[in-house]
Amino acid sequence: MKQNKEPLILAIVVFFTIVTYYLVEPFAHSQMHKHVESEGFEYKDLPELTKKGDATRGKDLVMGAGGCTGCHAITKAGMPAPMDAVTAAASYGVNPPDLSNAGSVYSAKFLASLIKNPAHALMVEHKFDASKGQMHPMVPFYGAGGDMDQEVADMVAYLESIAPKGEELTPAMAYETACGRCHANHYEKWTQIGTKPTFKKKQDGLAFDTKVLDYQDSLKAYMGKLPPDLSIYIRSRGEHYIKTFVENPQNYLKGTAMPRVGVNAEAADKVIEYLEDSGDTKRHEREAVGMNVMIYIIIFAIFAILWKKQVWRDLH
Amino acid sequence: MAHFTKATSVKDWFDQRLAIDKVEKVMMSEYWIPKNINFLWAMGMVLVVTFTLLLVSGIFLLMYYQPNVATAFDSVNYTIMREVDFGWLWRHVHGVAASVVFLIIYIHMFTGIYYGSYKKGREMIWISGMLLFVAFSAEAFSGYMLPWGQMSYWAGMVITNLFAGGSLHADGLVEWIRGDYVPAQAFLNRFFMLHVLLIPLAIMGLIGLHFAALRIPHVNNQDGEEIDFDAESKKYLAGDKAGSKVMRFANDFMAKDMMVVGIYLIFFFYLVFFHYDFAMDPVNFDPADGLKTPAHIYPEWYFLWSYEILRPFSTNIGLIAFAFAQVIFVLLPFLDRSPNTTPASRRGLFKIWFWAMLVDMIVLTAMGKLPPEGIFSTIGLVAALTFIGLWIVLPFITKMEKKA
Ligand code: HEC
Ligand code: HEC
Ligand code: HEM
Repeated sequence: MKQNKEPLILAIVVFFTIVTYYLVEPFAHSQMHKHVESEGFEYKDLPELTKKGDATRGKDLVMGAGGCTGCHAITKAGMPAPMDAVTAAASYGVNPPDLSNAGSVYSAKFLASLIKNPAHALMVEHKFDASKGQMHPMVPFYGAGGDMDQEVADMVAYLESIAPKGEELTPAMAYETACGRCHANHYEKWTQIGTKPTFKKKQDGLAFDTKVLDYQDSLKAYMGKLPPDLSIYIRSRGEHYIKTFVENPQNYLKGTAMPRVGVNAEAADKVIEYLEDSGDTKRHEREAVGMNVMIYIIIFAIFAILWKKQVWRDLH
Repeated sequence: MAHFTKATSVKDWFDQRLAIDKVEKVMMSEYWIPKNINFLWAMGMVLVVTFTLLLVSGIFLLMYYQPNVATAFDSVNYTIMREVDFGWLWRHVHGVAASVVFLIIYIHMFTGIYYGSYKKGREMIWISGMLLFVAFSAEAFSGYMLPWGQMSYWAGMVITNLFAGGSLHADGLVEWIRGDYVPAQAFLNRFFMLHVLLIPLAIMGLIGLHFAALRIPHVNNQDGEEIDFDAESKKYLAGDKAGSKVMRFANDFMAKDMMVVGIYLIFFFYLVFFHYDFAMDPVNFDPADGLKTPAHIYPEWYFLWSYEILRPFSTNIGLIAFAFAQVIFVLLPFLDRSPNTTPASRRGLFKIWFWAMLVDMIVLTAMGKLPPEGIFSTIGLVAALTFIGLWIVLPFITKMEKKA
């Protein structure tokens, strides 16, 4: 009998397949797309919080001299929004987010920087240059008469004290606070002004849609373009891109209007989970079914090999 | 009229009317296959299985897909992926199979080239195979339009533009193909029709032709040996199974086919569940937007080599080179002037030609995806010229080949 060449042939086929795959996938993508490493949402360019905050004093500032509730709702503390989302967007360009969850969504040092200088923390100074009279719609906090760093730390401590802890912060809460005012997600029925309810009367549905359109007009004027619907961005951009983009949008799109949102690492994971729920909903089912199918197919292959052996016994 | 007797069994009843015994013999048990062939000869069966997977998964997708520019994207990405039970499974099977089928087609083609299986009576097998390749290409391209994502739209734009023929400026032809000035509703509708009806029908007809073309010359073997099928099959039927050089298609070779299919399916389903990304371009998960050109427009991997033959040249020369690349493989049986039906390893210069062609096409594939800048466009140009050059020298080097 001649020497069996099949292992060598198989090795050649596999080799060329892998080379081709490597060239058109990992290699081509490494050449086409800029690779940005995550910094772990540490915001190294922003100063650390040096003072230890006091939540009780912080509450008074947030509700009073800090002026936050003049623009923001804090429903958790019984503070409703000063105006509805559409009106707010007409005045500020965008609806200032409800601060109930801010303490656990945003990084503490980011919040402190944001309160003092929003345009800087949000990395939108290219759009809002105070020296040219371009004011960011969120007014900076200029101090309430005491030690400003202490006051800011107090407000951050207060926001953290009312915010949900750990698992209490759901993926939807993280998304709605951090991204929801700009990005719709129609697979989850999320619009920039909230989750779209199911209406009994058609008129009510149309009235709601009209409000969304009005809101989007203001947002478009403010941002220069309508921020995209993120329903299946998890498939078009992938987790790594979204995370590093959120960490610093300027990394990828120089001069973009999307602010650095300032979420902390845990909240970023929650946002990703939300995007996976909307755009890769069946991932758990896929993994479970995948394991079962693999086991079944391996058994099939074993039987096929045994059958071949049996049939071919007489052929040699 | 033929003479019919009272049937002795259900099988006999059918046999009198449909000659199923005869058919079974012709197609299965007395369809003789040489013994000296390796697993590469199972690729045809792997292709049949993959096409069946495409057909079945396609039928399921078709129950929910909506060929409308306003709803197509969400009917796939929302309805099929989220709402329909196991819709995601059918879609991933369909997408992965559409990509893997080309890998297998290429292996199948290069197997044919290596062993010279397109010569001396096997020309029609080769030609019908190439027609299948063209039909599958059209099927994959039309299918790619259906989700109406960014790549659907822009690949549709770029590829249909080729029909303008460069300086011929046949813009009327492009509009006729699109049914509009730009890809829009009429475009989606007709590619939907092509994808789910006309091209699948053509594919099924061509598979029939391909199989019919195989029946008379029989499949080739890995040693380039001329086998006397009549004598060898008599030996087999007389009971000398081990001494005969041939075996039955069923169950003998089919058992091996199934073994290869089994192993292939492990690989296939691994891709479906755990590594499907390569087959579903991320860019196509952004809805079509005629105002936003994607940063990089490239076809699916299996079209990259011919795309790269188009790209490094000026429009007109590129189109000619592209047209050349599209048809030249069909002519292989006539451009290869050597009478030898032997493996490339024993054919002197042709051996070099074979490996050079394989490597060149892989290089073209890689460059076709990369942005055409700097060193990549130089490599792409050299590879495209090499491709053309290889075909030009083929008749000469095969003419010089000595009779084996
Ligand atoms: C004059 C109205 C106004 C006041 C006062 C104000 N904000 Fe804002 N705030 C806004 C607006 C508008 C935005 C949205 C800006 C954007 O998205 O471009 C915002 C955004 C925020 C955000 C989200 C930032 C991010 O990273 O996405 C936080 C957190 C926040 N404000 C906290 C505060 C706190 C704390 C105070 C009180 C110290 C305060 N704001 C005072 C208008 C205001
Ligand atoms: C103040 C409004 C605003 C907020 C808040 C915001 N974005 Fe954006 N986002 C934008 C705008 C505007 C764009 C479009 C940017 C462009 O094309 O220049 C954008 C674009 C994006 C993109 C697409 C980038 C690309 O490659 O095209 C992603 C992904 C994204 N945002 C994710 C998020 C996530 C996740 C959050 C919440 C953590 C978020 N954004 C919060 C305004 C916002
Ligand atoms: C007759 C059989 C087939 C039917 C009924 C069918 C049907 C469909 C339908 C309804 C879609 C749209 C849904 C989707 O995008 O997933 C689709 C997509 C597609 N089909 Fe088919 N198909 C068939 C065969 C094939 C074959 C033979 C190929 C390729 C060789 C192919 C390649 C594709 C591709 C590339 C897509 C896009 C997939 C994606 O982006 O997810 N199809 N097909």
